[in-house]
Amino acid sequence: MTTAIARTIDAIWKMEAARIIGGLARRVRDVGLAEDLAQDALIAALEQWPAKGIPPNPGAWLAMTARNKAIDRLRRDANLRRKLDELGHELEDSAMPAEIAEGIQDDVLRLIFTACHPLLPHEAQIALTLRIVCGLTTEEIARAQLVPEPTVQQRIVRAKKKLADAGIGFNDIAPEDFDARLGAVLQVIYLIYNEGYSASSGSSYLRLSLCEEALRLARMLVHMAKEEAEIHALLALMELQSSRARARTDATGTPIPLPEQNRNHWDRLQIARGLKSLETSRNLGGPPGVYYLQAAIAACHARAVTPDATDWPQISALYSLLFELTQSPVVRLNHAVAVGMAYGPSSGLQLLAPLQTEAALRDYHPLWAARGELLYRAERHAEARAAFETAAGMTRNAPEKTALLARAAACGQ
Amino acid sequence: MKVIVFVKATADSEAAVPPTAELLTAMGNYNEELVKAGIMLGGEGLKPSSFAKRVHFDGPNRTVIDGPFTETKELVAGFWIWEVRNMEEAVEWVKRCPNPMFTASDIDIRPMYGMEDYKEWDKEGGWLEQEVKLREQIEAKNA
Repeated sequence: MTTAIARTIDAIWKMEAARIIGGLARRVRDVGLAEDLAQDALIAALEQWPAKGIPPNPGAWLAMTARNKAIDRLRRDANLRRKLDELGHELEDSAMPAEIAEGIQDDVLRLIFTACHPLLPHEAQIALTLRIVCGLTTEEIARAQLVPEPTVQQRIVRAKKKLADAGIGFNDIAPEDFDARLGAVLQVIYLIYNEGYSASSGSSYLRLSLCEEALRLARMLVHMAKEEAEIHALLALMELQSSRARARTDATGTPIPLPEQNRNHWDRLQIARGLKSLETSRNLGGPPGVYYLQAAIAACHARAVTPDATDWPQISALYSLLFELTQSPVVRLNHAVAVGMAYGPSSGLQLLAPLQTEAALRDYHPLWAARGELLYRAERHAEARAAFETAAGMTRNAPEKTALLARAAACGQ
Repeated sequence: MKVIVFVKATADSEAAVPPTAELLTAMGNYNEELVKAGIMLGGEGLKPSSFAKRVHFDGPNRTVIDGPFTETKELVAGFWIWEVRNMEEAVEWVKRCPNPMFTASDIDIRPMYGMEDYKEWDKEGGWLEQEVKLREQIEAKNA
């Protein structure tokens, strides 16, 4: 019985944490302090609810308890009171244009922006977001990120301190910073997603929960900042990638390349949601951003009922635009592969050639695997075999190595 | 995890008694909360079973039965699909729903099978492998 109620309290906490911490942070102008106070309220709930029962409005109970804790703390702590007074005056002076101020009025939105503050390193942004926005325990974060719990605790403590030391209050997003700050938020959400997505094999199904948290964050954000095209695009990208989750590994957890995936296992409802978000993003206008382009590429795959039906000319055009924005050599590699699919292997090989001497792609086995595929399709089998063998020599992942060597052997002598 | 949440039918819903403006507003607000929380994947209200058809299977036979159906309490009047962290969260969300009916009513929460369930049943991976092979065979046959 105790565990049942503990699970219920945990669920309620995760539902309410962002709103409670956000509301408190608005009052005390300090996210770290707000989180401490909210934790006190959670502890009070864990002490009182098992005996007294869960109150009819548990969210309000938690918020009220946390606020009372805050008032107690303010009464006891004169320094804190003075600090808040100072901050309060500063805040009144820094006027924000109504449009932006309205957009980030919402405590939860501001909380996300603060947790993803560019001042913090990525791992701290991730830990803090999962902690204060998603309400995860440090133990849950540690398990999902495959790091020891003290590491997570330390990241959070340091992050809070850094924010406090830098005098990062709670509503200090200047309109001229808005785009950059939003960019940081989107990046953190996508990093959380990728931590989950890149590790869906073997015993790491736990980590898939990170994908769900990222999707949830993006869905929340979409609702809070409806006019931001890149938020819709990021949501589209993650929905489209997740739609393939069931098809992307075999029973042993070995990844299955996209063309070989069983498309009947793709989640059609999720694809529909992804395509809809992409359309919303497109209709909002503006130049396509990095998430939009990646989502549009994912959409080309999602729309293809069979691999042969893939619109490769469209994909290569999108990769070309994406390269202009990112200047990433990996994007260039993907562009070359797409061109090879769209216009024949020799066109692809031509684009690939200069990448073979690119320093950033040294020891990058997908380059050599891609070259192997293109050479094979160009019927240059001996060279293809050599390229696959080079790729196999570069990867440390055993199943991947086996697959590449098999591919080399299939090229014949 | 994904759940499907069934709003069960009542005599009123089966008689297509329209909701009051008050209930519509309350439901609208509730739906907005679900969207804001990022859990809402979809949902619809269903017409009464007088509009429904039922296909009965018995061996090779298929019999089509026209609605309405009599077992009102077993019928569904509407549904949502949510992505939640666990059943506890789903229960907490349902508890916050305004009573969708004029009378006493039920809402059922049914979890969908997900990858985590397959892993749970199949720690060694053998069953899933077999399942995948089986599906491939079936698909090859159908192709």
